[in-house]
Order: sequence, then C-alpha cells, then structure tokens
Amino acid sequence: MELEATKPFLSIVGEANTKHSQAQLLAYSYDATANFQAKPDLVLSPSSTEEIADIVKLCEKSQIPIISRGSGTNLAAGTVPTQGGVVILFNNMKKILELDEENLTVTVQPGVITQDLCLFVEKHGLFYPPDPSSMKISTIGGNVSENSGGLRGLKYGVTKDYVKAMTVVMPNGEIMKLGGKLAKDVAGYDLLSLMVGAEGTLGIITEITLKLIPLPAIKKTGIAYFNSLEDAAKTVSAIIANKIIPVTLEFMDKGTIHAVEDFMSIGLPRDAEAMLLMEQDGTEEQVARDIQTMIGIAEQQGATSAILATSEKQAEELKTGRRVALSALSRKRPTTILEDATVPRSQIATMVKAIQEIAAKYNVQINTFGHAGDGNLHPTCLTDARDKEEMERVEHALDEIFHTAIELGGTITGEHGVGEMKSPYLEWKLGTAGIDLMKHIKQAVDPLNIMNPGKVFAKETKKRLVVHSG
Amino acid sequence: MVSAIQQKMKDSFVENVNEEYLTDCMRCGFCLSACPTYLATNNDETHSPRGRIALMKAMRDGDVVWDGSVEDSFDMCLGCRACEPACPAGVQYGALIEETRIAIQQVKPKKFVEKTARKAAFDGIFADQKKMAGTVKLIQFYQKSGLQKATRKIGFLDLFPPFMKEMEGVLPAVEKKKKREKKRGNPSKTATTKVAFFTGCLMDTLFQETNRKTIEMLEWLGAEVTIPKEQQCCGALHGHSGELDKGVRNAKANIDAFDSDDYDYIVNNAGGCGAFLSEYEKHLQADSEYAEKAARFSRKMTDISSLFVKLGLNARLKELESEEAGIVTYQDSCHLRNVNKVFLEPRSLLEDAPGFEYKELIDAESCCGSAGIYNLLQPEMARRILDSKMKGVKELQPAKVVTSNPGCLMQMQVGIQREGLEKEMQAVHIVDFLHEAIHKKQKQG
Repeated sequence: MELEATKPFLSIVGEANTKHSQAQLLAYSYDATANFQAKPDLVLSPSSTEEIADIVKLCEKSQIPIISRGSGTNLAAGTVPTQGGVVILFNNMKKILELDEENLTVTVQPGVITQDLCLFVEKHGLFYPPDPSSMKISTIGGNVSENSGGLRGLKYGVTKDYVKAMTVVMPNGEIMKLGGKLAKDVAGYDLLSLMVGAEGTLGIITEITLKLIPLPAIKKTGIAYFNSLEDAAKTVSAIIANKIIPVTLEFMDKGTIHAVEDFMSIGLPRDAEAMLLMEQDGTEEQVARDIQTMIGIAEQQGATSAILATSEKQAEELKTGRRVALSALSRKRPTTILEDATVPRSQIATMVKAIQEIAAKYNVQINTFGHAGDGNLHPTCLTDARDKEEMERVEHALDEIFHTAIELGGTITGEHGVGEMKSPYLEWKLGTAGIDLMKHIKQAVDPLNIMNPGKVFAKETKKRLVVHSG
Repeated sequence: MVSAIQQKMKDSFVENVNEEYLTDCMRCGFCLSACPTYLATNNDETHSPRGRIALMKAMRDGDVVWDGSVEDSFDMCLGCRACEPACPAGVQYGALIEETRIAIQQVKPKKFVEKTARKAAFDGIFADQKKMAGTVKLIQFYQKSGLQKATRKIGFLDLFPPFMKEMEGVLPAVEKKKKREKKRGNPSKTATTKVAFFTGCLMDTLFQETNRKTIEMLEWLGAEVTIPKEQQCCGALHGHSGELDKGVRNAKANIDAFDSDDYDYIVNNAGGCGAFLSEYEKHLQADSEYAEKAARFSRKMTDISSLFVKLGLNARLKELESEEAGIVTYQDSCHLRNVNKVFLEPRSLLEDAPGFEYKELIDAESCCGSAGIYNLLQPEMARRILDSKMKGVKELQPAKVVTSNPGCLMQMQVGIQREGLEKEMQAVHIVDFLHEAIHKKQKQG
C-alpha cells in the first residue's frame, strides 16, 4: 500500500498501532496452514469497536480486503491475506470485561487467550468447556469465528453452544448487537449462529458474551492401548452404545504415539498400535462408575492394557500429549497436511479402516489422531511440498478421504473451518442449493466482498471423485 | 530494486541457514506464549520465534530483502531458547538463530562502536584468560582506588547507555588475588568422585569468590577438585553473536585442556557457559579429529546444582537447622533450563535450605533480559523484560533471589536496585547462597 493510502488508517489507530515494515508484513503473511502465504498491505491494532467501524468504513470506500486475525493458529488458511489488504489484530482488545455470576456469563474482547479465560472462570468455580488444542495461544475471537471444537466437545459441545451475545461491525461499518444473556430467545432469524463460524466473511466480531456452567466436582482419566486401530475404534462405539458420554474420548495411532513420545518422553508404549484417552467428570460416584465401565469395555474389545491415570499430573501429561499431536507429527516430514473429516460416531471404525486403505493405495504416509468420541478424526499427511509427484498423490488421497467421509454421512471439516484450503470441497458437502444460499447471504451482507475475500467460497469447485472404495 | 548488499545477504542466508531446520517449523504458534520478546511487544509476531523463522525462510527464498526491519527482528531475539522446549515439532531454534547471526555477520559490517566493543570482548578479553584477569585487575583498582566513587560522582558513565551504568553499579567487589588463588584444588585423600572445574572467564575473575566457594562446597561433599590450567572462555558469546568459528576455536582448546580419564565430571557454575559446553559435541560432530573427544567432554559436563544433588547435598542441608530467614526464590538461567533441561535440581536444593521458605517466582522460567550481552546491545527491550520480571519479584517479597548464571545475577541485582529494594532483598548465586546456609550453621554449631 502506498504511504499516502495508509495515512487515514494511521489517524484512526495511531502510528504505534500500525505495522507496515517489510518484516512486519511478512510476519502476518501466514497462519498454521501449510503452503499458504501472502503478505497483507497493512496491519492494524485497533483498541475499540468504534475504531474498527472507522477502519471498515475506509475499507468499504476503497474496496480494501479486511482480514481479522487472532493468534494465527488457523488450520485452513482462514487468516492468510491471500488477496492482500488490511489485517486487523486484537492485541489491544484482550480484556475480560465482565463476569456475571447471576446469569452465568462472561463478556470478553476478542483478543482474550482461550486458556486465560478458562483459568479465570475456573477460579470462580465456573467452567468454559470449549478447549481447542491450540487453547494456550488461540483467541476467543478466533474460536468464535471458526466455531472451534476441542477435546471436551463430546460431552459439552463446541464454541457455538456457548455464544450468547456479540457485537459485530458489519461490512458497511454499522455496529450491530446480537443475542443477550438470555436462556431463551426466538426473536427472528438466528443471526448470532450465522456469525459464529462465519470465518470473518460477514463482519468483525468485537465483543462476545459466553455462557458458563458450574465447574464439575472432579474428573478422572483412563487410558487404553490396543494392538489394532479397529479394536480402539470398536471400543469407542461400544462406550457410546453403553450410554456413557465421557468428556473426552481421544484417539492416537502408532505414528502419533511415537511423535508425541519423542517430544514429551512420558512413557507411552511404542509398540501399541493405538491408544484411547478417556476422561469423565461429574460427581465422584458417577465418575468412578463411568471410568470403570469404560476400562471394562476396552478390555472386552481387546485392549492390551486399560488403566486409570495414576495422578492428575499424568492425566494432564496425556492430554497435553494429545494436544500437541499435530505439531509433534510435523517433526517427521517437512510438510504436514492435516485433515478434519468427521463422520457419525457409529462409522468411526469404518472411517479409520478406510483412511488406512487410502494411505496404502496412494503410497502416502498418513497418521491419524483425533476426537474419536465425536467422530472427528485428524488424518494427517506427512509429506514434502517440494516433491511435486508426491504432492499429487497426497492430493488424491485427501480427495478420497473427503469423499469417503461424505459417503458415510459425514463432513469435510468438523472443527477447523473451510478457509481457503477446503473451499474447493465445500460444494461436495452442501450441494449446489446449499452453496447458492450461502452466496446469496454473502452477497446481501457483504456486497463488495471486502470481508476476508477468497475464503469459504471457491473460485471453482473441485471435481468430485468417482471412487469405488473397498 | 535489490542492492548488492541485499543480494549478498540473501546468498549468505542460503549458504548459512539450514533449510531442513527451517522446514521443521509447521507454524502452529505453540512457541508464541513462551517467547519473552513476543510478550513484551504486546504480541508482535515479528518478534516471535515463528515470525523469525518465517523471516529466515523469506530471506532465503527472496520473499523479503534485507532491511532495517528484518535486522531488527533478528537483533531483538534474546537467544533464550524458551521456544525449544515449547516446540512439539522439535525445531532447533538455537541452531537457526546462530546460523542467522553467522549469515548476517559475514555480510554486514558492524557499526564502529559495536565493532570495537565486539573486537575487544571476543578477540581479547573473552578469548584469553590472562587478559581477562588483567581487565579484572583494572576493575579491582577502579573499585579500591576510590575511582569508582569518583566516576560515579562526575558521571563518567553517563557517556554510556544508561543500562551499562546500572550494570556498573552492581559489579561485585573483586577479591584480592592471593585470596582468590588460595583455595585452588586441595586434593582430598578419601575422595571417590573426581571433578574437573570449568571456572568460566567471568566467574573466574569478577565472581572469583563464588568459584572459591564452589570448590569448598565440592570438597566438603567429598569430591576431589582439579582445575585444568589451559582452559579458556567457553565461546558461548562468540557463538551467539555470529562468530561461531571463534567459539569453536575456544571449544577445541577446552576439550584439549579437559581431555583426561581422571575426571568423572566436568562441572560449571554458569548456566550460559554450561549450555554451550554441552553443545561442543554438536558443533564438532563433523570434525574428524575432535568429534569423539567433544562427545566425551559434553557427556561429562554437568552444572553445579545437579552435581550437588548427586553428591547428596540435599540430605546434608536437611540435617541443618536455622532461624527463619524469609522467602527464597529462583530465577531460571534460560540456557540451563531450556538447553540442559535443569530446573528441578536447583529448586530442590533451595527447598531443603535451612531457615528459608522456597516460593516459586511467577514466570521464573522466562528470561530476565540479561541474555549474554543483550542488555548492553538492546537496553530498551532488556529493560522492558526486566520490569515485567520485577513485578513478580515485588509481589513475592523474597529475601533472596537465587540465580545460576553471572549475567542473570547482575541483571536481577540491577532490577532490585532500580526498584529501590536493595535493603530488603538481594540477588545471589546459588553456590554463594548454599555456602552461606552451611557456613552459618557451622558457625552456630
């Protein structure tokens, strides 16, 4: 951006809150998605909803793209400024504004770090369950815009289940308030839900009110190892069929176990083909009963070992191990391409098997971990972006994984979002009618297409594979 | 328009910065919350490990050209390596920033003042123990002659950056030479553990008293202590400043000086030196003559706290009783923690020290801003980081802030003075702290 063009923006936020040096623009040219990078023209750190509204009005006038960015941990290239423009940061908007213990809500600015919020409300005996693996650094604003999931999603749901109200700056610069601290509200279309998970394509969220629940009395963690992926997957289905809804039912395959153990050295057995991490919370009696039942089920399904974590410390280590799985896997090969295919949980065993077969068919290295309990798997392709031939095989394999997930009644992304990376596949899931409706909505809300352009909507839908698997 | 120097810089990055190490980073961002400069800049990605790695790669790939903003990002890195234990992908950030500094150093002529300072420091003082000793004589003269008081009064040091002035204020009183050398290596007849002591150039001169106490403590614990004569500065400061070749030169001299089967351990009492010493193996792995010797050297290397624990100091401390003396806390030496993974041992010793109540300092694992000579080169950022560190110290109100490295020690003392707290608390080296704990008791008993 020419210096002259940046001046009006500078007068809104001030020089100290403006970044435009070469190094700064490069530092905001990526997120956690492999193979996507593009420099913005300007990076701004506004301090208020009003400043954001002024920035948006300026952008609207000159049709400049606006990309909201939290901590840049997105896994679908949702925060990469692929068409340039202005990146909006929330590092000056990271206050916890209000804890309302009568209505059980907390109101925050978008820049609050997820883990900081969790720890803050837990100090008051309250609980904010959504816990994406990146919670140590991810922001609430990013979580809401992506409708992030996490390890506790099975029992407690995902971010959208906790958003009660928000302030949004619309693409024309108007400030809109949605929702409230209400248990019930059916006034009009559910616009609040529309904004959650919109990935910054409909407006900029500048304040969020979240629902809290009482902090469960205790939690306990069980761990089971298996000789085969199928046994682990069957255990998951059997637990759910047994009418137990654990907080966490996480899965890691052998390659993932190795990568995590390489990083953490917490004594994970390297000969296990798969492991399940099972956590339950609630009252002491119920937790003890559920964990024992789950351990029993794992043994029936052929677990080589199924035990209770010996201490809170060990339980935390195991969960941290699961949270770092993706990054730990990346130590194996130069490029890590992560998928987020999700199936109904009854299909988890079928999906796990299909992923193995697809990896073999295309001769690519795929390690799988994920939220087995809610059918949300993270098959992760370990490859090297510099090897064109291998990348082609990777692409075919990923196409087939998406295809299989949809065939099984699933989706292309359970919690990471569409971004730019998965936009060519969106129509596979939504069909032409679904995509058309989304386009109409986008056109009505953001006619100039300045809000995170190039994301969610693809220039061209990828040709659907014709696959006869099996 | 790419200038000649920009092209040269790109080539230098291609030549010096390892592409494979760069591609290890998958940009997950898990390092961000561990990085002191990211936090001190209100989350500026430019001053984060992920941002710097992206910049290194962009320099190689030609996505950015060398300019002040790029240089600033690299210069601002403390080199504390807190990002390494935070990185699930195992990115070797320490190696990458070292390589980056080599790449820059080879192309960019440093400014005159800095060049002179570097030349004096790296080629002169830190390379040669005798010169270092000479420098200390000057400091000693300066302190004893009253000149220190005089220069403080007339503001001679106002000519230097304010931080340097503050550092001058916390220089330890140097012991007289005779006293310094008296206690050297009294072989114990019953010793079962044989220890070679890496004295460290700063520790052996400015902090001579600490070294004397280190030897006394080791002997008290039944070890036989030898001080190999030909030892040199460890080379860490060279390595961290883009002059790795000079660091490796010192490494070889030290490996030769300590190459004996007589020692069970080689011990150091400075976290910054210790990390570099333990990495001799890595730096010399391709050297046919030195690879094996370096590996042996690095394997024997241990820090003083770990050795104290091995020699049973905890039990000895527990036997002692003492009056209540307040709170003691610990500021990690970054390299001792992040490179050598030693953080439990010093804490366990402090927990067992008689009279004191050990309390953990908030963000003890985060750099204090000293970082070698960083606080001299980047005084503003160092000050910001120290200020945030001192917030935690003020909250805790300890009587002693214990450290494991001379740089950290002086930095924490500067922090204490700046807050006007020198009457209430003191920064001390862990050896001095433990020596006093034992000595006090022996006096009473």
